Amino acid sequence: MSARNDKAGIFFALPALLLLGFSIVLPFVAATVMTLTDQRMLTPNPTEFVGLDNYQRLLSIRVHSVQPLRDDAGAIQRDDEGAIQYSNSPTIQQATNDLPPYQELGIFHFGDSLYAILVRDPIFWQSLINTFLFVLLVVPFQIGAALGLALLVKNPIGGRTAFRTFFFAPVVTSMVVVSIVWAFLYNENSGLINQILGVFAGGVVAINWLGSEALALPAIALMSAWQGAGFQMIIILAGLQSIDEQLYEAARLDGATAWQQFRHVTLPGLRNTLTFVVVTTTIAAFALFVQVDVMTQGGPNDATTTLIYHAVQSGFREQDVAYGASVAVVYFLIVLSIALIQRRVASSSERKR
Amino acid sequence: MTLKHALRYLLLVLLSMIFLGPLLFMISSSFKPDEQIFSDLRSVRAFLPLGDVSLDNYQQVFEQSRLFLYFANSMMISGATVILGVLVNSMAAFGLQRVVWRGQALLLGLILALLVIPFEVLAIPLMMIVAKLPWIAVEAGGLTVVGSWFNSLHVQIVPFVANAFVIFLFYQFFKDIPLDLDDAARMDGANLWQIYWRILMPNAKPVTATATIILFLAMWNQYLWPILVIQGQEARPIMVGIQQFFGRTADWGQVMAYATLVTLPVLLVFIVFQRRFVQSVAGAGLKG
Repeated sequence: MSARNDKAGIFFALPALLLLGFSIVLPFVAATVMTLTDQRMLTPNPTEFVGLDNYQRLLSIRVHSVQPLRDDAGAIQRDDEGAIQYSNSPTIQQATNDLPPYQELGIFHFGDSLYAILVRDPIFWQSLINTFLFVLLVVPFQIGAALGLALLVKNPIGGRTAFRTFFFAPVVTSMVVVSIVWAFLYNENSGLINQILGVFAGGVVAINWLGSEALALPAIALMSAWQGAGFQMIIILAGLQSIDEQLYEAARLDGATAWQQFRHVTLPGLRNTLTFVVVTTTIAAFALFVQVDVMTQGGPNDATTTLIYHAVQSGFREQDVAYGASVAVVYFLIVLSIALIQRRVASSSERKR
Repeated sequence: MTLKHALRYLLLVLLSMIFLGPLLFMISSSFKPDEQIFSDLRSVRAFLPLGDVSLDNYQQVFEQSRLFLYFANSMMISGATVILGVLVNSMAAFGLQRVVWRGQALLLGLILALLVIPFEVLAIPLMMIVAKLPWIAVEAGGLTVVGSWFNSLHVQIVPFVANAFVIFLFYQFFKDIPLDLDDAARMDGANLWQIYWRILMPNAKPVTATATIILFLAMWNQYLWPILVIQGQEARPIMVGIQQFFGRTADWGQVMAYATLVTLPVLLVFIVFQRRFVQSVAGAGLKG
């Protein structure tokens, strides 16, 4: 065992190393280089180096202020209802000569002035907002549900293996299938969810879950939590079983209520498990794509486009490969920061012990 | 105490209905004509295969989609990736854990660092790479060079064989197998390959099962990658098949029959091996 054997080591590791180089290292390097060019899928023009143009196009953002109209005396003009009047200033799109031009993402009032937020790729910013919103919706809900399920099936109870299996069944069901089935459940006129709500409400309920800008993303988040919660439940269950039962007995002897036991024994005992579960669920949620592609195609009105959906849309369907890869790089930087923050937090809590 | 017990049961049953409901609705509706699916919506019958049940939807699905082909494609892709993946990744783990050589610590660190790169980041550049990559195909007894990996089965297999996480799982498992076993085998004249293949691998059945489940599920559910690299029908996998069927038909029963056919094999394997599945997930989660 002690003798060094370089040849044997390379022999065993080589197939995996070559394949990892081909499927991860090479495309990763290609991604970085590609985003500095204007590469397209099919084009007669040679690919050229364009520096940071792609990232500029993605991230350019400027605020344009519009002054209120004033009369000859310098007083602010108001209409009959007292709303401040603004000049129809030269169209804000002409703010610069950049191509594609700046477009309005949104407006806000501050003081007497009107401010317009201008960006060159509004769909990118919309997808960034949507992706963060989805993460904020799905992570607490999914992990809360998983924790609740784990606590319910933790103690011996007749049929707990069966219950555990039921909760886990959606996890082994493909997300494509889940999205298709739920598209029917969410159907406005004859979807099961509206029909069941109708039975309870004693009438006809016709909520357009996936067709409404406000509801589409939460509806996808609810479905995603349903599909994935069983996975986190199993991991939390393993964490619960590693908590020393004597801690609970000691707490009960001290007269701790069920809530106090949960707060002071269960939660501290699950610290590492929950950190792991939160980080992995968050990273997975940032990659949201399948549900959107199958159920809403980013709609209605871009209310459900996400970073990866935008990357595929521009990099593949619009054949702007370099730009799509740049969107994916932004996604990667977000995921990387989460991983690094988690490592920093984990190592600082190790040192405290 | 008994009231508390009863309440807990009630809650568990209610939650089971929420988690199984959509799946039962899918399976039950696959046997019904659309009129009956709609008329059953407001009752428990929506979740039960009762009434005018038949296999008509299934027959229609087989007639209107090349489901057998897509199913076989997905089976080939998943099966090949599992077999090659278990071999390649366990070999790498053996090389890193059991053989002493220069650079092994550095390589282990590098492989673990790869875990932070999600496939979504690599998909578009990898698509550009395989678009113009040559491949030698066997055709009508002769060898021909094909100019692109697009629209093939191997483009859906080769990039997913090596898997840093699976290497890590095998590495962790090998660490707990005592070195005495190696030494005894070496005394009997076994070489390194024999130690790997005859001593370590037979002792690594649990982690092999875990790797099989993880790789199979991931491959069976592939969606983003085939969208990018598969255009025609010949190499289309099942998930793209059902998505396209869903996009072009208005018949609920048929879509549900398709969904049931795609899901049932995995669901059945899961029910039979559910203990193994659950342990894999828990183990993978805790080690990760």
